[in-house]
Amino acid sequence: MPVRVEREKCTACESCIGVCPYEAIVIKEGRAFINEYCQMCSACLTVCPEGAITEYEEGNVPAQDLDSYRGVWVFAENRNKMIAPVSYELLGAGRRLADTLKVELSAVLFGGTAKDAEELIKRGADKVYFSDDPIFETFNDEPYAGLLAALVNTHKPEVLLAGATAIGRSFLPRVAAKLRSGLTADCTGLEIEAETRNLVQTRPAYGGNIMASILCPRTRPQMATVRPKVMKKGEYDPARKGEVIRVEAGGLSSRTKVLESVKDISSGKVNLQEADVIISGGRGLKNPEGFKLLSELAALLNGAVGASRAAVDEGWIGYSHQVGQTGKTVCPKLYIACGISGAVQHLVGMQSSDYIIAINKNPEAPIFNVATYGLVGDLYEILPLLIKKLKEIKEK
Amino acid sequence: MNIVVCIKQVPDTAEVRINHETGTLIREGVPSIINPYDMHAIEAAIRIKEKKGGKVTAVTMGPPQAESALREAISLGVDEAVLLTGREFAGSDTLATSFALASAIKKLSADMVICGKQAIDGDTSQVGPEVAEFLGIPHIAYVRKIVELQDNSIKVERMMDEGHDVIEAQIPLLLTVVRELNEPRLPSLRGKMAAKKADIKKWGAADIEAPAEKLGFSGSPTQVKRIFTPEPRGERKMLSGSAEEMVDALIKELLQKKCL
Repeated sequence: MPVRVEREKCTACESCIGVCPYEAIVIKEGRAFINEYCQMCSACLTVCPEGAITEYEEGNVPAQDLDSYRGVWVFAENRNKMIAPVSYELLGAGRRLADTLKVELSAVLFGGTAKDAEELIKRGADKVYFSDDPIFETFNDEPYAGLLAALVNTHKPEVLLAGATAIGRSFLPRVAAKLRSGLTADCTGLEIEAETRNLVQTRPAYGGNIMASILCPRTRPQMATVRPKVMKKGEYDPARKGEVIRVEAGGLSSRTKVLESVKDISSGKVNLQEADVIISGGRGLKNPEGFKLLSELAALLNGAVGASRAAVDEGWIGYSHQVGQTGKTVCPKLYIACGISGAVQHLVGMQSSDYIIAINKNPEAPIFNVATYGLVGDLYEILPLLIKKLKEIKEK
Repeated sequence: MNIVVCIKQVPDTAEVRINHETGTLIREGVPSIINPYDMHAIEAAIRIKEKKGGKVTAVTMGPPQAESALREAISLGVDEAVLLTGREFAGSDTLATSFALASAIKKLSADMVICGKQAIDGDTSQVGPEVAEFLGIPHIAYVRKIVELQDNSIKVERMMDEGHDVIEAQIPLLLTVVRELNEPRLPSLRGKMAAKKADIKKWGAADIEAPAEKLGFSGSPTQVKRIFTPEPRGERKMLSGSAEEMVDALIKELLQKKCL
């Protein structure tokens, strides 16, 4: 929202000037003044000791008829002919929101089978809008966005959730642009504001250094992509009943064409963002062979193998394994960092993991600052022992 | 081939610190950089130009200070640069930003638009696909390799969660690119000279013929309600003793926490 200085309260103490990232606050005639460089980032709001800086509502913003929108929708992602696990998590979160709003929960499924649609009902959906048109056999943004936006225009849900996955993050923005409503990326928290029915969407920004709560108060639907592994899966109830509604995908076309889908064949489960356990290696491994040890441990814990940028830059492992600012953001239950010093760029990609175990020779390594458990020592001594003992436990 | 690269000037997030008393970002003294992913977009565009001929134009929206990011782009080999700036763009969320960028790109009539996959300050990865939708062209996100480029079509590899897709598409289109695509070059001496002398176009709402209600705060459906610092992590426990003792202690802790 636009920001202004109440001149009578301002004492020209200049506390606000330094916090403005855009050099938009200047002292003019003995008072702070916000000039046209202001980007409305709100950074100055809380720093004024006199409370002289406030936001104000600007007129002439046309409000939509919000009350004609009812219901919570979840986009159920169908990936390689499998319902992606994040879809069940969305149903869990969606069910909670729908119950709070006292509305129905619907799922949308493109591709897959009628059996998959039934599965979504057992996980909490009241209705499933389902199309098995061959156009959805591979993922192309245009038909996905086209049909989802058309369904939303017809049925008018107030909330629409999708997974913050490669697919969700690629095509949901197109849906948002078609519908001209708000989309919040990569949410980790979703709550309803009772009196307004607004969805409070919480997400990390600035590499996880801050959290922001985002509203979409003037338009519907309120759309969010939700980070995998954050929400609890919907409870499974085999007796649950619901309605599967077949929808026609007629008239859709795609100007992109998937020629081939290649699954990564590197050892272990590569999908870092959905792994419960991640074993990551860095420069401290000293050679590519180290990742074999990590893979062995990952296989034992049913986890995935990650890497720091340093290890990827050395060419020891592929970029798809990279965790951090220029790689993937992950939040598994258990993250084991082996030979990773913990540069900020790496930390921002993994510091929201539930438990972090750091193994490093250098007791001063910054990775220990975010660790739940720290082990100072040689990973080539520690990891084989850990593997051996875990195997013993497993055999029991 | 006429290529437009969308770039953003961002604070180097690795350097951002938090004032824990006020819950605000301390951006004083934090260097501004071109969003790292956009560097790969610039590199991709320049390589295509070197092969196919044509022109590369960099576009950014931001405060007047963002001009320095455009000059840096020119030093790398970008031919022209446009800065969308003015009060009417302030308070833009991703939708309003995309609308403004798309309006500017329409004036530049691009055969191809290239963006970084996301900006490291907001991390939304929404602007690229939204720009494509506003332009009415297809897009491919997370491009890690350009396999083949013809005059009217392109074949690329797109990163997916569990591997990659090989995709063919018509031109015009928009690509968002990841780090794996290429290694950005350093500015040349000649580039640096060109950057100093370059005339950066500054466009406002009127120049891109965009209605005020679709820009800035008015054109932004989302609003930031609150900014706060995440909960600090719990206690850290340094395990001690021999390797075997540490491993035993670790397994005991993990079993207790039901982590295994």
